Amino acid sequence: MLDLYAPGTSILHRMSPGPKMLALMVGATALFLNQSLVVTLAALIVVLGLYRLAQLTMKQAWQQLRPLLWIFVLFFALQWWFSGVTLAAYVVLRLAALILLASLVTLTTRSSDMIDTMTWALGVLRPLGVNPAKIGLAISLALRFIPVLAQITQDVREAQKARGLERSVIAVAMPVAIRTLKMADDISDAIDSRGYRP
Amino acid sequence: MIEIDNVTLRYGDRTVLSDISLSLGEARIAIIGANGSGKSSFARLLNGLVLPSEGTVRVDGMSTKSDGKDVRRKVGFVFQNPDNQIVFPVVEEDLAFGMKNLGFSKEDIARKTTEILARYDMSDLREHPAHLLSGGQKQLLAISGVLVMEPAYVVLDEPTTLLDLRNKRRVTRAIDALEQTVILASHDLELLQEFDRVIVFDEGRIVADDTPDKAIPFYVERMS
Repeated sequence: MLDLYAPGTSILHRMSPGPKMLALMVGATALFLNQSLVVTLAALIVVLGLYRLAQLTMKQAWQQLRPLLWIFVLFFALQWWFSGVTLAAYVVLRLAALILLASLVTLTTRSSDMIDTMTWALGVLRPLGVNPAKIGLAISLALRFIPVLAQITQDVREAQKARGLERSVIAVAMPVAIRTLKMADDISDAIDSRGYRP
Repeated sequence: MIEIDNVTLRYGDRTVLSDISLSLGEARIAIIGANGSGKSSFARLLNGLVLPSEGTVRVDGMSTKSDGKDVRRKVGFVFQNPDNQIVFPVVEEDLAFGMKNLGFSKEDIARKTTEILARYDMSDLREHPAHLLSGGQKQLLAISGVLVMEPAYVVLDEPTTLLDLRNKRRVTRAIDALEQTVILASHDLELLQEFDRVIVFDEGRIVADDTPDKAIPFYVERMS
């Protein structure tokens, strides 16, 4: 996990994931339907208020936005160029509110609880041949192995840099792909040996 | 008791293990051998991760071919690289995975999680992201994830290879304290001095099967 969950005992932490995910869907839809800058700004303030309710700091809220800062700058510049400063502010504030709202759900919900809820919700697709447990495990594995794959890529990049090949995409991509495939065999065996039956 | 009868293992045209017959009943059994000698494949045979091309592997009378699920419950497996064994992003979620698969109740899962984390002095890491643990902590989590499933046997495939000295000692102490029958594949000869039995593999065959004081010098001599 990319440090998504922030342990805590707030009311939002204690809430079951279903209502939170539903509220996120409704909130996100409302944000996109709304056309007013003032309402968007108010929504952003409410979301930040929810961070306080969840006993999360403003620093934690900022950490959710920081990696996307260049996107905000790009969007703001483009919108300002084409449509003026008001629309540019509206677009960027709406995106920020949306990201903060989605992050709030992940920060206050254990990934296993979220996956259990998604697995339950996907149960309606069972008659169509969908196996919700498999999808749940796939999501969990994705969350678990993103940092592992990032570390492998970093290791390979450093090794190739030592050989003067840091600019070669193939020199980095091939070893990463081979190590990942080897790792996948072990992961599959590990899941099997821990009693998993889809 | 794990009984291996006339087991041959092939991957395509390549024979990895040739006509192995053994009974494993001692509390501490080590498997040693050079890279490619077949020791890891042998370890994987014991809980049915790999099935023999010929012969049978039986764990307390159950065949790995026909009773795979029950065998895997009896025989826990710890991999060399814990990163490949930890499948959930948070410590307590990963511990719960195996127990959920076995149908443990929520109360039992919570209780056993608390107990195992306390046992390895990791209680404060309960909600910690798994990828931020140290190498030693990851290996202890991998071992814990196996132990909470209450296996009778624990097979470990080179569990200390990737660890620094401090973490190696920590994991070694954890292995020493296991109540289960331990079958350990390792290059670390120091770790095996107190074992009951050491089996030496070379090119897919058993070339020695004795107490550590005899089998280890034989292996060292053979490798020199």
